[in-house]
Amino acid sequence: MSARIVKPGAIGQPFSRVDGRLKVTGKATFAAEYKVENVAHGALVFSQIARGKIKNIETSAARNAPGVILVLTHENAPEMKKTPVFGSDSEEMGAASSSILYLNTDEVYFNGQPVAVVVAETLEQAEHAATLVAVEYEEKQAKLILQAEKPDAVLPEHIPGEPSDLKQGDAEGALAEALYKVDNIYTTPPFNHNAIELHATLAEWSEDEKSLTVYDSTQYVIGVQEMLAKKFSLRKENVRVIGSFVGGGFGGKGNAWAHVSLTVAAAKVVKRPVKLVLSREGVHLSVGGRTPTEQRVALAANDVGKLTALIHTGFTQTTEHNNFAEQFTFPARHLYKSENIWLRQEMVHLDIVPNTFMRAPGESPGTFALESAIDELAHEMGIDPIELRARNEPDRDPVKDLPFSMRNIKEAYRVGAEMFGWSKRHAAPRTMRDGRFLIGCGVATAFYPAYQFPAAARVEIHADGTAIAQSAMHEMGMGSATAQAQNLADELGLSFEQVRFEYGDSNFPYAPVAGGSNSTISVGAAVKAACDDAKKKIHGLVGEDDASPLKGTRFDEVEFREGGIYRRDDATKGETFHAILRRFEEDKIEGEGEAAPGAESEKYSMGSYGALFCEVRVDEETGEVRVSRFLGVYDCGKIINPKTASSQWRGGITMGIGMALTEEALFDVRKGRIVNPSLAEYHLPVNLDVPNIEIHFLDIPDPLTPMGAHGVGEIGITGVAAAVANAVFNATGKRIRDLPITLDKLL
Amino acid sequence: MKNFAYARAQDADTAVQLITQNQNAKFLSGGTNLVDLMRENIEQPDHLIDVTGLPLAQVEELPGGGVSIGALVRNSHLAANQIIRERYPVLSQAILMGASAQIRNMATTGGNLMQRTRCYYFYDTDARCNKREPGTGCDALEGFNRIHAILGASDDCIATHPSDMCVALAALDATVHVTGTGVERTIPIVEFHRLPEDTPQIDTNLQPDELITSVELPALPFARNSMYRKVRDRASYAFALVSVAAALEVEDGTIKNVRLALGGVAHKPWRATEAEKVLTGAKADEEIFKRAAAEELKAARGYKHNSFKIELAERTIVSVLKTLASEGGAR
Repeated sequence: MSARIVKPGAIGQPFSRVDGRLKVTGKATFAAEYKVENVAHGALVFSQIARGKIKNIETSAARNAPGVILVLTHENAPEMKKTPVFGSDSEEMGAASSSILYLNTDEVYFNGQPVAVVVAETLEQAEHAATLVAVEYEEKQAKLILQAEKPDAVLPEHIPGEPSDLKQGDAEGALAEALYKVDNIYTTPPFNHNAIELHATLAEWSEDEKSLTVYDSTQYVIGVQEMLAKKFSLRKENVRVIGSFVGGGFGGKGNAWAHVSLTVAAAKVVKRPVKLVLSREGVHLSVGGRTPTEQRVALAANDVGKLTALIHTGFTQTTEHNNFAEQFTFPARHLYKSENIWLRQEMVHLDIVPNTFMRAPGESPGTFALESAIDELAHEMGIDPIELRARNEPDRDPVKDLPFSMRNIKEAYRVGAEMFGWSKRHAAPRTMRDGRFLIGCGVATAFYPAYQFPAAARVEIHADGTAIAQSAMHEMGMGSATAQAQNLADELGLSFEQVRFEYGDSNFPYAPVAGGSNSTISVGAAVKAACDDAKKKIHGLVGEDDASPLKGTRFDEVEFREGGIYRRDDATKGETFHAILRRFEEDKIEGEGEAAPGAESEKYSMGSYGALFCEVRVDEETGEVRVSRFLGVYDCGKIINPKTASSQWRGGITMGIGMALTEEALFDVRKGRIVNPSLAEYHLPVNLDVPNIEIHFLDIPDPLTPMGAHGVGEIGITGVAAAVANAVFNATGKRIRDLPITLDKLL
Repeated sequence: MKNFAYARAQDADTAVQLITQNQNAKFLSGGTNLVDLMRENIEQPDHLIDVTGLPLAQVEELPGGGVSIGALVRNSHLAANQIIRERYPVLSQAILMGASAQIRNMATTGGNLMQRTRCYYFYDTDARCNKREPGTGCDALEGFNRIHAILGASDDCIATHPSDMCVALAALDATVHVTGTGVERTIPIVEFHRLPEDTPQIDTNLQPDELITSVELPALPFARNSMYRKVRDRASYAFALVSVAAALEVEDGTIKNVRLALGGVAHKPWRATEAEKVLTGAKADEEIFKRAAAEELKAARGYKHNSFKIELAERTIVSVLKTLASEGGAR
């Protein structure tokens, strides 16, 4: 047996994010910050009605305003072809947020639809001139209220990959006969992502108008590239989309919204680069957010607390132009064993800005309803809510009837209960108090599926012993680039400092949208494949070289470590990349690779889980709720980087606290407009609203995923609102089923 | 943003002269509200007269125990001022509960008085708003009015005044010193802001050519026992749903002196004179606090989403008075 000491790899170490220094020193260049010569500035004019036709659009005042170069409307805009809508059934995965042909139509489909672009020498001139465009409409009756349109709700063919109506047994029958039951409606309001970086597009055409470069704040550079190529009839390879740094996306930059093509069109007409940055109001008006939900959860249990019925049904809103279902019934498909199950999601079509995905679409509102209901049943039965969950823990996936690739929820609760001191909690509401503050504790389960999508990468090993990998992946602050650098270092046997990962450029090999928490494992697998390719090439050189101590070895007899390649059975025999490349007079070795989920992923139910513990303090006099403690214990496979992963969970929990207590886009149904489109009035949680969030992770690898890892971007928000609502119930005895839990609901 | 001309005034006379000479002109101080409104195309002045160079940035003790606060004293400085913290804690607390640290560093005393409402429909230039465009109507009446007024509103406007500082000033009986063309005058703080009536476009009783030079606090020894309580939707950086500024003097269990004002409930900082009447001379206990609160809120009217404010205001008044009674009793 060899006695050599194996150096621990980069994976699993808490490296600080590679982009951190650039960001805090202002050196990270965001889309709107690229220096392009002769750039003109664009501003949008938004429709003031929800549904109708433009009768007349008066642009002369705007055109004559100082500095104005162009006012682009449906009367003078170039043709932009129809392209696949994101998530539509088309085989091509499009990036378009809807099928609306902005500025190629006189139809108005929602209040806030861009109806003109003003281009001027300065941003201020463009914004001012935009106020001078006068639009006359022929107004039509708009559909704006979810509840009113429920009779016309449609049952989608499927909600991403799953049936929209699923029945096992007779859930209603079992509910009617049950000894214990809860049956309630839960509602969540519309939310907006509110990423701190405003959506920005900077478009520059080549002189011959055959090629195009676009700097865009996007979570999907390849998707935007494909969309723009089609819209403007260009060869795909002649369209380059760059989004090196993105200041938060949360799903809001996963689709290309109206301004992206409109900026490109404006740049084409004025024959100059054009930059367009949405105002905060513009983001709320023209970029969709999370749909409100109305969910029914009914649970029935027998005398020992085993579920006999689980019903989760309800409604979300969308438009005819995008049909995006918020899959809120996903958690109920995988979390609990029940003899009878009924899940159903319907959608109503409204005349609103197309909705889109936002951090854990579906699971986020879905866990609020389901995990509140479990808590209600536990209270009803006088069983501890953790114990009730344990009694209904399935040994196989309840609806897919497949084994779990990995599932350690019970362990997460065991560890969490101990860390949090759950046993000290009083089960009876209104029994813990500190002066005028009522104190309450609650738990909830976090859940998010583990997705892997096809991706590609390339790698270069340089003669100086460093390496670079590239993929058209995205870094919006999640830590993805840091995680991939760690992966790359370990694959090549280099140190973390010797490698660099490049991303956010459509010139790099294909990467999917930054959505579904897929990036780490999708791109991770591609990086591994590219490294394998490069390693084989290096071994191919030395394996047949008389000058190499590795001559005659097979690939499985060597290993890559410490910047070189060595025999496994004799650690002294080998040589460095530097020595090899110098001898062969090469300055680099390149590798390419692609990866896609394996067939075994179809044979397993793959998800991530978490046990959440929350303590709240409620001012009994005013109803104000403040979260005083929060603990998340996560079961997300092998954690590549504890530091950046913990930041992701903390960020998700913070967003969940906002969802629970403060956030709501106020949609005025009279005109179909959001009336609080600002960070002053759309209440994201501020520092004082967020306690010190404790994080623990089990770090148990999933045997089926690349690196044993799962993505961690979205699970953080799931379950949080329920944990808070359950704690509020424990504190006050009031069950709030309508988010956000504002103080007026507790008076 | 519409183009505008910009001038700096070095003294009050020049400032007043510049504002009279130019059409559609506004004074610019910290700019934390005015510049926002200009960016939103709600305020569209043709001229800005920057008054930040005027020598009005001092807090001075007055003979007799009062304090004069220059109009250009930054909110942060005022809140941190030792005299204010000791003698008028309610004012220091109110300022610190407003806005954010960055905004307080820029915002001035005079500017704070001139803040405009945060009504959603005032901010949306596509909405009807009598304050922004007189005669167009009020979209808040039937719209989202959870943050709106319950006292002193009219059918033309149900907006609230957003300031915290002004609520404390109302409780403290401050006076506003202003200078205009050849005239200097003082306005009691409770008469400085207006109720909307049928002219909600006019926020204050300041004349177009008048400039605020200072705010004076009277000597009010019992204000050492004062506090500000702000109830809001998040822990910081949110406007008050209801706020209470109060000062209380209890002697031998009897209320000798009381000052009470409410924020977040009206078009102006609301001095709770009805409650004060009930309280003065009465035995300081929870029952009288409740009665006083109920008396003050008798005239309150709730709209679709804000009726909860009536009970919330009552509860908050009682809570604050209880706290002050117990703390004041200890001294």
